[in-house]
Amino acid sequence: MPILEIKNAELSIDNKKILKGLSLNVNEGETHAIMGPNGSGKSTLSYMLAGRDGYELDNGNITFDNIDLTPLSPDERSNLGLFLAFQYPVELPGVSSTNFLREIFNSRKKYLGENELSHLDFIKHLRKVAENLSIKDEMLKRYVNFGFSGGEKKRFEILQMALLNPKISVLDETDSGLDVDALKIVSEGVNNLKDKKNAVIVITHYQRLLDYIKPDIVHIMSDGKIIKSGDADLALYVEKNGYSEILNEKS
Amino acid sequence: MVATTETINQVKTTTDKYKYGFSTNIEVDKAPKGLNEDIIRFISQKKEEPKWMLDWRLEAFKKWKRMEKPNWAKVSFPDIDFQDIYYYAAPKAKKKLNSLDEVDPELLKTYEKLGIPLNEQKMLAGVAVDAVFDSVSVATTFREKLSEVGVIFCPISEAIKNHPDLVKKYIGSVVPVTDNYYTALNSAVFTDGSFVYIPKGVKCPMELSTYFRINEKNTGQFERTLIVVEDEGYVSYLEGCTAPQRDENQLHAAVVELVAMNNSQIKYSTVQNWYPGDEQGKGGIYNFVTKRGKCLGENSKISWTQVETGSSITWKYPSCILMGDNSIGEFYSVAITNNAQQADTGTKMIHIGKNTKSTIISKGISAGKSQNTYRGQVQIQKGAYNARNFTQCDSLLIGDTCSAHTVPYINQHVSNAKVEHEATTSKISEDQLFYCMQRGLDTEQATSMIVNGFCKEVMKELPMEFAVEAQKLIGISLEGSVG
Ligand SMILES: Nc1ncnc2c1ncn2[C@@H]1O[C@H](COP(=O)(O)OP(=O)(O)O)[C@@H](O)[C@H]1O
Ligand SMILES: [Mg+2]
Repeated sequence: MPILEIKNAELSIDNKKILKGLSLNVNEGETHAIMGPNGSGKSTLSYMLAGRDGYELDNGNITFDNIDLTPLSPDERSNLGLFLAFQYPVELPGVSSTNFLREIFNSRKKYLGENELSHLDFIKHLRKVAENLSIKDEMLKRYVNFGFSGGEKKRFEILQMALLNPKISVLDETDSGLDVDALKIVSEGVNNLKDKKNAVIVITHYQRLLDYIKPDIVHIMSDGKIIKSGDADLALYVEKNGYSEILNEKS
Repeated sequence: MVATTETINQVKTTTDKYKYGFSTNIEVDKAPKGLNEDIIRFISQKKEEPKWMLDWRLEAFKKWKRMEKPNWAKVSFPDIDFQDIYYYAAPKAKKKLNSLDEVDPELLKTYEKLGIPLNEQKMLAGVAVDAVFDSVSVATTFREKLSEVGVIFCPISEAIKNHPDLVKKYIGSVVPVTDNYYTALNSAVFTDGSFVYIPKGVKCPMELSTYFRINEKNTGQFERTLIVVEDEGYVSYLEGCTAPQRDENQLHAAVVELVAMNNSQIKYSTVQNWYPGDEQGKGGIYNFVTKRGKCLGENSKISWTQVETGSSITWKYPSCILMGDNSIGEFYSVAITNNAQQADTGTKMIHIGKNTKSTIISKGISAGKSQNTYRGQVQIQKGAYNARNFTQCDSLLIGDTCSAHTVPYINQHVSNAKVEHEATTSKISEDQLFYCMQRGLDTEQATSMIVNGFCKEVMKELPMEFAVEAQKLIGISLEGSVG
């Protein structure tokens, strides 16, 4: 069953074409990896999926569970079950992490027609989920991403993912800035959430993440397009030989 | 709806409790429009005031006639015709509705969003309510509790009759009659307001708020509030209401005076949500307020915390005169303007005593095509050795048709004093909005979240019970401003 279908996506920013006819299909239960040199448009792709202002398609289309995503706002897409772990999580000064998490959690519950949790019940639930990601209470008392270290920010993204339990998650360089221990914790967090009904797209430069989060399909992205797809071995190949050979192959 | 059932139960239990407190004794009369000595005599007579009070009013009136309207604030509005205003109207019975079904659904939606209990919703909307909500019985309970510890808390008109010496001693002692045009006017014609007296060594056992809220059926146009706290005393006073308030009187010119003796502390919090008018600002309230506290004693402390979201024009500068050595003045303010609202607010900190300290945290949020000005003055007078001030003034703009201005004045006459001023202006960041929305919050939830974060330092100064409502109020005030 396909969750996400991207067909021939073209997108420009400031009149500069960034996505140049990108296609990608993701089915239930799959884990995809997207690799590619800096500036190839990976983050742009993630913003486009999430419906960020200014990242509207010039051409092509995207469907999610057979629903056309293009007219939907970011919150509507989120409600459908699309989650983006940001490459650069945004600071919200003055907004307590716990309150923020409760707000997004209950807002999701409400959308799903499920019971919202009381403050106390939520705190209990949050503690459990946070513990699995080695996130301490102290961190949850701080403002959202404010003064968090690189690693803390990434863990906080996965914490949100765990609370929202999305249908498809796009993790944009979630591994960058993580030491090996943190990488393990984060990967385990992602793997624990994985089931036959949902899907994950990990955007990364490094094979080492893919040692923990095993991809079914690996895509190489360059200059706004996916130029090669393959199985997990493709990532190993890139790790060993770099992108240049694949890029040359194409041109 | 669990919440509704809960509220209904609450209403039921309280109804039983206050079954016998009902009273419907409402006097209706009104002085003719306009202002002259006779009107003032009429007011004074209606209030059964002693002669000294009448003389004081008449003197104020004489001075007012010679004064000019201030025009330095960054607000514009049509000229006010002071002869076209009623200066005395006894509390009127609002037209009573039979049930909430008859109330404007928009208003009810707002109440619900604010989480105001059903019984209070009824009261605010002017629905005929059961005996329980009659303010007299509730007020009596409160007053008994307060008088046990010697706290005086009553309408100013009662204080003039029952505690003339106290009123005579302090009224006008912080805000002189001729301080400005509107204080002179207020001194001549004030009809409502509260008096609080905290005797030596007494910490007022409750926030003076609930009482006020229940009583505030008809807030007067010209209120006068006087709070005096003796040595080692403490009081936290809360004025206003988060529920949107309409009033047929367009001009409001209140005066608030606070006096703090040795080692005493006054915390004065305001949530102001007067009707701001329609999108063009038509029909909104003009709120011209003079609030000032005097730290007369050593080690005394006065804190002003305000959340201003309403009114079509707000002109307001709660200030502190720091006379006592080591005294402390604080000002925490959130001022939100949307649509055509204009706010010119700020504070004055006047350092006179040694080692006096003041802190100013001002958060201005502008949306729509509104104008939001912060005007602050820090004065370090001769002899205020080692005085300290810290000012932080942040403005947040939503959209690009609004504007924010910061106007600090600093006068420093002492070399070892330290005055620090920080100011920032930022736009609500698209990154932040997108981040929140990616997590499923809609534009309004996201904006409210970010703006509340921006105001955090001020909001945390509000008494708990009110902070929650004020937080929601901020979201509501900005509805429709983004997106
Ligand atoms: N907001 C923006 N304005 C202008 N150019 C942008 C913007 N965002 C990204 N780009 C450009 O788009 C291209 C792709 O960037 P990005 O999607 O961040 O790549 P990647 O994530 O693969 O490193 C780059 O050339 C980058 O400079
Ligand atoms: Mg990127």
